[in-house]
Amino acid sequence: MQLTLFWIFSSLMIAFGLGVVTLRSPISCAMCLVSSFICLAAVFVTLDAFFIAIVQVLVAAGAVMVLFLFIIMLLNLQAEECRRVKLGVMLGGTVVVLSFVVLLSQALESSPQFSKPIPVLMAPSQDVSMIGMTLFHSFNLPFQIVGVLLLVATVGVVLLSRRTLR
Amino acid sequence: MIVNRKKLNWVERLYLPAIIGGLAITWKHFQRSLLGKGVITMQYPEEKWDAHLPEWYRGAPTLVKDEHGREKCVSCQLCEFICPPRAITIEPMEIPEGDPWRKVEKAPRAFDIDMARCIYCGLCEEVCPEQAIFLRKDYSITGLNRNEMIHHKEKLYELGGVMTGLVFKWNEKK
Amino acid sequence: MDVSNFISQFFSPAAWSLIKSLGECFMSPTGFLIWTTLLKSALLLVIILGLVSYTVYAERRVSALIQDRLGPNRVGWQGLLQPVADAAKLLLKENFTPKSANYFYFRLASKLAMVPPVLVLGVLPFGSSLFGVPMTIASVNVGALYVLAISSISVYGIVLAGWSSNSKYPFLGGIRSSSQMISYELSLALSLIPIFMLVGSLNLNQIVQYQIVHGWMIAPFWPQGMSLDTLLHPLALLEAFRAGCSLQRVLIWIPLFISFILFFISMFAETNRLPFDLPEAEQELIGGYHTEYSSMGFALFFLGEYTAMIAGAGVITTLFLGGWSLPLVPDGSHGWFWGLVNIAVFFAKVIVILFVFIWVRWTIPRFRYDQLMKLGWYFFFELAVANIFLAALILTYVKR
Ligand code: SF4
Ligand code: SF4
Repeated sequence: MQLTLFWIFSSLMIAFGLGVVTLRSPISCAMCLVSSFICLAAVFVTLDAFFIAIVQVLVAAGAVMVLFLFIIMLLNLQAEECRRVKLGVMLGGTVVVLSFVVLLSQALESSPQFSKPIPVLMAPSQDVSMIGMTLFHSFNLPFQIVGVLLLVATVGVVLLSRRTLR
Repeated sequence: MIVNRKKLNWVERLYLPAIIGGLAITWKHFQRSLLGKGVITMQYPEEKWDAHLPEWYRGAPTLVKDEHGREKCVSCQLCEFICPPRAITIEPMEIPEGDPWRKVEKAPRAFDIDMARCIYCGLCEEVCPEQAIFLRKDYSITGLNRNEMIHHKEKLYELGGVMTGLVFKWNEKK
Repeated sequence: MDVSNFISQFFSPAAWSLIKSLGECFMSPTGFLIWTTLLKSALLLVIILGLVSYTVYAERRVSALIQDRLGPNRVGWQGLLQPVADAAKLLLKENFTPKSANYFYFRLASKLAMVPPVLVLGVLPFGSSLFGVPMTIASVNVGALYVLAISSISVYGIVLAGWSSNSKYPFLGGIRSSSQMISYELSLALSLIPIFMLVGSLNLNQIVQYQIVHGWMIAPFWPQGMSLDTLLHPLALLEAFRAGCSLQRVLIWIPLFISFILFFISMFAETNRLPFDLPEAEQELIGGYHTEYSSMGFALFFLGEYTAMIAGAGVITTLFLGGWSLPLVPDGSHGWFWGLVNIAVFFAKVIVILFVFIWVRWTIPRFRYDQLMKLGWYFFFELAVANIFLAALILTYVKR
C-alpha cells in the first residue's frame, strides 16, 4: 500500500517537475511547482512523517508560492518565447545530468548505509516532539545560528530596499 | 469646512467597546424583528402601496381620451421621435371624410409602446402637443414573453382612460 | 450465533460462505476502518452541505431581521425551501466563460475554491464516538497544523480566479485576497501556539480531551472531578469552584483569551467575511474575484466560502469551545445516545459561532485596505508574538 502510494506520488511529482521546466506560461509553471510540492508532502505522509509533510504544504505551497504567484500576477509576466535549442547546450546538459546520475548511483552503492532499509525512527505520533528535541537539544547552537543568519538576511533586505527608495 | 478629527483615547482606539456597542444595537433590532415588531417589509403582491401613490407618480405611459370619448392623439409622432429607447411605434392614418372630428386630419392606426424598452422617463408626456399621452399609476407591467410586453392601442386607452386637458384644437367651437 | 444460523437457512451454502467471508472482510481491522471512514465522510459531507445551504438562508434571514426586514419567506414554510430553489436556479443557468478568460484556470479555480474547506473538515473531531467508532475522519497527530496548512492553500482558488478572469475587478480581488490571507495567516498560526504549549500536543482530539478535564480554552476554570453529585452539595460545589478558579488557572487564562480574540478576528479575515471582505467588496469590486462567474462556477465559490466559514467555526469550536464536550455530559463510550448528543453539541456550538459571524457581518462596516494591513501587521502580529512570550513565561512558573 505504502509502496504503491509512494510510486504514484513520486511519479506525479516528477511529472509536475517536468511541467515546471517545460511549460511556457509562468502561472502554469508556478501551479506545477505547487502541485509537485503537494505531491512531495504526500510522499512524506507515506513515510509517516506528518509534521514534515504539513510544514512542506504550509511553508512552501501556502506561503512561498502564493508570494510567487502574487509577483507573477503583479508584474503581468507573459508566456516566454520558445528558444531554439542549440546542439552544444543540449549535449552539455545531457552530459551533466548523466554524470550526476552515475555519481549518485555509485555513491549509493558504495556506502553500505544506503543499501539496507533504514528502520523506522520513531512512532509517527511523536514526530513533532522528536523534531523539537533534535533541534533544541542536540543541535541547539547551529539552529540558533541559522536563526541569527536569517535575521541578518532580513535586516539586510530591509536596508537594501530602503536605500533604493532614498 | 475642516472637521478636526477627535483625538481618541486608548479605550476608544481599541475599537472593541465600539464594536460591542454596535453588536448590541443590531442584536436589539434582531430581537425585535424576530418577535414580529418593527418589521417594515410590505408583502408585495398581497399588500400594495397603491392608495398612497402621489398624483404625479410616473408609471406606465398611456393614451387618454377627452370628455367626448375622442382619442386625443393626432399622430404627430413627436413622442416616437423623442423616446430615448425608441419604445414607441406609431402608424398614422388619415381620418376619413365625414368623421365629426375630421378637422384634426390624423389619428394613429396603431400605437405600440414596448414596455420592455420603456424607461419611464416621461419625455413622451412632456413633448406631446395634444396632451394625449400620460404616465399613469400602473407600475406592475408583466408578461411571459416579449410580445406580451408590448402595449397596443387598445391596452393603452384602457390604462389611460379619460383625461380632460387644455388643448381643444379639434373642437369646432374653439 | 443462532441468529446467523437462522439467516443462513435462506441462502445456499456457497452464497452463505461468500456472505460470511465478506462480513469477515468488513469486520477485519483494515476493512472496518475503511468502510467506517467512508461512512463518516459521507455523513459529515451531507451534514455540512445541508448546513451550508441553510447558513446561506440564515444569513439572508438574519440580515433581514437585523435591518427590520423579513427576508426570503415565500418558498416553503418561512422560506425554508429557499436553498433548494436557489440550487435549482444556479444549476439551470448558463455556465458562461468570458472570451478573454484563460479557460483552463478559469474552470479550475472554482473547483479549487471548494476543495480546501472540505479537506479541513477531515481532521475535526465532530463527536466523541458512536458504537465505538471515533467521530473524527482522520485523527492526525499534527491536526491543528494541518488545518492551518490547508487554509493557507485555500487562497489559490481565489487568486487563480482573479487572474484567469482577465478582467480588472476580479484581478484586484485576487491580489487583495492573497496579500490579506498571507498577512492574517501569521496571526492565525501564532495565536494558537499558547494552546499547543499548554496542551503539549497538536492533535485536535487531545486538545478536546484537555478541555474536557480542564474546562474550555476561553474559560479554563472547570474543576477536576466535578460530577452531578457535587452539584447537589452547595459546600462541595463552592469548594470545587474555588479549586477551579485558582490563581494558576486565572494566569493561564490571560494568554488564552488573547489567543481566542486574535484567532477569532483572524478567522474573519481568512474566510473573507465582512469587516475584512475586501477581496469581494461588492461596492468597489462588484463581487471581486468571482465577478465573471455564473451558474455552477459561481455556486462553487459560494459553497466554498460558506464551507470555509463552517470549517472555521468548527476549528474555533474545537480549539476554544471544548469541541463536542459539554460539562457533565458523558461521551460516546456510555452508549450511542450520548454519542449522538456529543455530535449535536458540536454542531450546536458551530451554529452559534456561525450566527456570530453573520451578526458581525451586518454590524461592522468594511475596513479600508491600509487599515486592514496595518491591523494585521502592526497590531495582530505583534500581539500574537508577545502573547506567546507571555504564555511561555506563565507556563514556566505554573503547573499545567
Ligand atoms: S416614458 Fe420615456 S421611454 Fe417610455 S415611452 Fe415615454 S418617452 Fe419612451
Ligand atoms: S401621443 Fe402626442 S406626441 Fe405622440 S403622436 Fe400622439 S399627439 Fe403626437
